[in-house]
Amino acid sequence: MALKGNLREFSFIQLLNLINLAKKTGALYVEGPSEISKVIFREGKIAYAVIGQDTSNLLQILVNASLINPTQEALLQERYKNSSDKEKGIYLINSGYLNQEQIFSGIEVYLTEIIRQLFTWSEGFFRFETGELTPDEKIPARLNLENLIIEGARKLHEMEELREEIPSLEMALKFTDRPGMNIRNVNLSVEEWRVVSYVNPKNTIQQIARATKLNDLEIRKVVYALLQAGLVELIRPGGAPIALSGRRLATKDPAEQKSLVNRLIDRIRSI
Amino acid sequence: MQTQTVKIVVTGPFNAGKTELIRSVSEIDVVSTEKKITSEAEKIKNSTTVAMDFGRITVDDDLVLFLFGTPGQKRFDFMWEILSEGMLGFIVMIDSTRPETFREARSILETFRAYAPTPYIVAANKQDCQDAWEVEDIRVALRLDPSIKLLPCIAKKKSSVKTILLELLYGILEEMDSGKS
Repeated sequence: MALKGNLREFSFIQLLNLINLAKKTGALYVEGPSEISKVIFREGKIAYAVIGQDTSNLLQILVNASLINPTQEALLQERYKNSSDKEKGIYLINSGYLNQEQIFSGIEVYLTEIIRQLFTWSEGFFRFETGELTPDEKIPARLNLENLIIEGARKLHEMEELREEIPSLEMALKFTDRPGMNIRNVNLSVEEWRVVSYVNPKNTIQQIARATKLNDLEIRKVVYALLQAGLVELIRPGGAPIALSGRRLATKDPAEQKSLVNRLIDRIRSI
Repeated sequence: MQTQTVKIVVTGPFNAGKTELIRSVSEIDVVSTEKKITSEAEKIKNSTTVAMDFGRITVDDDLVLFLFGTPGQKRFDFMWEILSEGMLGFIVMIDSTRPETFREARSILETFRAYAPTPYIVAANKQDCQDAWEVEDIRVALRLDPSIKLLPCIAKKKSSVKTILLELLYGILEEMDSGKS
């Protein structure tokens, strides 16, 4: 019987567990809310994964894993722009840049990140196509699933708890007028600062997540931390959503814009 | 009515006085992330801004001005583009007593101009220090066109910071009048 269904009934972690235990070989397709993912398994281990269009290439993957530097990548990219990942890998080994183990570890870091993203998908149809293998031009990995499954199970639990705290990503955030604690002592992470820079009653959390490229779990975690720190509060989004492309002023009317700047001037003068 | 927020970014090299400027006029305790400095070259003070500073000035019920300070150290410059998004204008702080940072200040200025063609002002900070360079000497050193506003500044003095903010806002008004915005 074909392995297919909906993530609502059978979670991604359960799927991984099943494929791992049954040592299946083939492709798992998941149609998420906005993108389709494909994960290739070989005897229950992950060989290849992609979300959306596959624009990855080995050299970028190795830069992200800090195995080569951006200058080396640019040089190699130019020289081997028409080569497959396999050919690039062979060149890197033969020329002494990296050994085979390092190349596989870089690919595994990349695959792990994709799987971590898929853990946050709670909606979407899936199907498993038996026998499908890694594309010829790609290097097939053999990523063990045991640790990832344990990590995913923890994340699922965390996600369920965060969903209770922040039930909807369609809510907006505003800075609290009088934070309940001495915010001078608040230390924020880079992700938290990214979110803070988009806090505005007109931006939904979902929009902020898109602008900051955070997935559902990550944005919920950040928002929860900011709520706990007393920096922001949840509100209903007000008015039409503003563009996150960075408009300086909400109004387009020149007279209103000037009036707004004049109000700022009056306020600064009065300080 | 929903509150509208506008943003001014305060940038400049490490230890130029960005945090101090925001602290002088913000009505809330400035939120800043301070971290022990690891680079020997930057051990002028014990800690520096990791991500950014954040201050606020409420105009009225429906208008709030946010002041965002950028990280002082080069290794956090990936935050600059994020911070520059949607800014009304920006202030480049210069440490008038450290000419070795002028080249970096110039580079930061150029980077921010590339991110967003918004009005800006250059503030020559620490003018109360004995070894501060004259403002016009700084202009020459930074190769600033005479049309670019370069003002003396003492970031710990509220009156001086007010002047800087007002000059920037006047520049924004001028730009609106000229129809460039």
